[in-house]
Amino acid sequence: MRQNLDVIIAYAIMLLLIVLVGLLQSWNIALSILCFCLISAVMTMGANIQWGYAGLINFGIMGYTALGGLAAVLVSVPPVNEAWQVGGLSIVLCAFLIALMIFSIRFIIKKYKKSKKRNYGIAFIIVFGLIFLRLISGPAIESIEDVNPATSGFLGGMGLPILFSWIVGAFFAGALAYVIGKIALGLRADYLAIATLLISEIVIAVIKHEDWLSRGVKNVIGLKRPVPYEIDLQNKEWFIDLVTKFNQGTLNLITDALEKEQMIKQLVIEGSTVFVKLCFAGLFSVVVIILLIITQKALYSPWGRMMRAIRDNEEAANAMGKNVVKQHLLIFVLGSAIVGIAGAMMVTYDGLFTPGSYRPMRYTFLIWVMVIVGGSGNNFGAVLGGFAVWFLWIEAAPIALYLINFFTSGLAETNEFRIHLIESIPYFRFLMMGVGLLLIMRYRPKGILPEKIKNL
Amino acid sequence: MDFINAIVLLLNYIFVPALSYGSQLALGAIFVSLIYGILRFAYFTAGDLMSFGTMFTILFTWYFQSLGFSLGVLPTALIAIPFGVIITIFYVLVKDKLIFSYYRFKKSPPVMLAMVSIGTMFVTQAIVRIIIGPFDRRFFDGEKFILKANEFKEMTGLNEGLTIKSTQVITLLITIVVVSILFWFLNKTKTGKSMRAYSDNEDLALLSGIDPKKVVMITWIIAAILATVGGTLYGLDKSFKPFTYFNNMLPIFAAAIVGGIGNPFGAFLGGYVIAFSEILVTYAYRKFFIYLLPESIEPDSLLQLLSTDYKFAVSFSILVVVLLFRPSGIFKGKVL
Repeated sequence: MRQNLDVIIAYAIMLLLIVLVGLLQSWNIALSILCFCLISAVMTMGANIQWGYAGLINFGIMGYTALGGLAAVLVSVPPVNEAWQVGGLSIVLCAFLIALMIFSIRFIIKKYKKSKKRNYGIAFIIVFGLIFLRLISGPAIESIEDVNPATSGFLGGMGLPILFSWIVGAFFAGALAYVIGKIALGLRADYLAIATLLISEIVIAVIKHEDWLSRGVKNVIGLKRPVPYEIDLQNKEWFIDLVTKFNQGTLNLITDALEKEQMIKQLVIEGSTVFVKLCFAGLFSVVVIILLIITQKALYSPWGRMMRAIRDNEEAANAMGKNVVKQHLLIFVLGSAIVGIAGAMMVTYDGLFTPGSYRPMRYTFLIWVMVIVGGSGNNFGAVLGGFAVWFLWIEAAPIALYLINFFTSGLAETNEFRIHLIESIPYFRFLMMGVGLLLIMRYRPKGILPEKIKNL
Repeated sequence: MDFINAIVLLLNYIFVPALSYGSQLALGAIFVSLIYGILRFAYFTAGDLMSFGTMFTILFTWYFQSLGFSLGVLPTALIAIPFGVIITIFYVLVKDKLIFSYYRFKKSPPVMLAMVSIGTMFVTQAIVRIIIGPFDRRFFDGEKFILKANEFKEMTGLNEGLTIKSTQVITLLITIVVVSILFWFLNKTKTGKSMRAYSDNEDLALLSGIDPKKVVMITWIIAAILATVGGTLYGLDKSFKPFTYFNNMLPIFAAAIVGGIGNPFGAFLGGYVIAFSEILVTYAYRKFFIYLLPESIEPDSLLQLLSTDYKFAVSFSILVVVLLFRPSGIFKGKVL
């Protein structure tokens, strides 16, 4: 209890802040902040596994998030039969062709020794494979994109419940991480950072522009939800009863029957949005808690100790007979898979998939600020970082507005300087993030909740 | 005649744009490479430093324009560049004093410094957006074209026109001047040599009496100059938008690494490698082959290797290939 006091205090403050938002602004805002805090917490846990446990820098978080989102689309959207009829066969053929290319290249690499002939052979396979791919996929893609371009124009998904996508998203992200890890993990830390950053940009470019797969910048909207819809709730008897019960006090004050009915209607509409967000928050909390238990167990297991040994002294760990390369790859895949879950969760919550909105500032660097601020190597710290930074990111605007009004209260309402400052309020959040990160790195370089190592 | 037409086509759509874009990237890549070599960390603020310098150049340009001052056919921004440079130098030096020097004295690992530079990236981005806003700004004035397509067609009697924008020529000339002064400075002067020595072997350089403070300061000054000049040229040629500048950080890093990070000359060439490959791979060659091939086998598809949407992806793929097969870069930088 004593040693976990700081964790408890930090989390209590965080919850208090969210409750304060609920009381001062509205419960709707407070709950949507909470939901995104939970999603951010999952992302930071993924990044923390890579950075805190193993010291790997992964600036490709944006790419895995987007892949998780893509998984949500591919799992939950019902298949577009027409599109499958016109182009499905060719696309499946292309997938086989790609698999064939990969296996034949692998076969050549395994079978023959390094030589010029082998390189020419591989180049030959790649060039001709690409030409064939282009020939087969070109017309198919065109005809798929021509099927109702306004509403579908893509292959659609599998029509399964969207909750499955959280697992599928993890697999997608993990598979991508495996490929990237095989390519880039040998690089030194800052090279790895740049390489993963650029690779994630490539992933986004593909998702953005391959319309047959993801509808690209035309966005996918109206994804199914795992929780009830507001409209359905508002017509349910039990829900109306619940809302009236909750607000008995205020309702008793109103005597007029008509006014009372109006009031109940208003309360039910408000209550339904809050209820939906509560359901989401509940689902997300389950994920966060499960992940916390697993990661915490892993951290204090022999495997966790081995990871720390590898992080702190690679050569020594290697000398002790630990396979550093393999463990790095494993942890890279695991961390990325967790980020993939978060990506799918986010798309589930939003109900739409917008590839154009994936930007490195928001999905890579902000997550890294969370990890560093929270405390790398400490799962509770990472989760707290996700909460605190996201809270600040959203509440930066009201805070900045308050501060500007406070400091420029001597100036007239129409003062140009004041108006300019108020107009640029959205950008003060960048300033706060930057200054916050710099201060934490200077004065508390291990984060708010530093890593604790239990001595056996 | 058809052959010349084909060549002019390539010149107009590939060579000239790639040359000016490459120069702008090269200026950025050189300073990223220098900072990597001497201060030993990946400077993620690169793109935003360029937008910072450009912003002040634009503000001074507007000030001069409001005074009714102009350079005639040349853009007013050329006069404003030195003022922008001075403010940017001041900014980076203050930033170094307040933030980076602490970690340098503590001998923090490069990763730590890279993270700190992400913090400064957020701050710089906020400053730029608060002062000038996130919108597209055009600040070009003066004569827009040196050679118009129509004039060229009349002059030569060819079917294809060649357009040369004045900003492209200005970009190229300024890049040549700045880069040659820089390489003269690095190779011939005592300070430049001490910088290279410091980059090659820090301990040995310190032993032989090189003042690290001076070396670091000069590096930041060079970075500020290159960032402002490169950013302003990019803004003159296209337009100024903070978000685009932030995104330009990625091809700049690609150029620096492809050229061999820590090696300024490699970075300079790397900029052109990235620019040319981006444009070469995404250009539709149909018209080119229509000129060259006889009518019977004329192509009917666009003959485009990749759609222009994948412009950035091309340079990053090159980077990945280079990292895989030649991690020290094409032109041998530091082996990492």
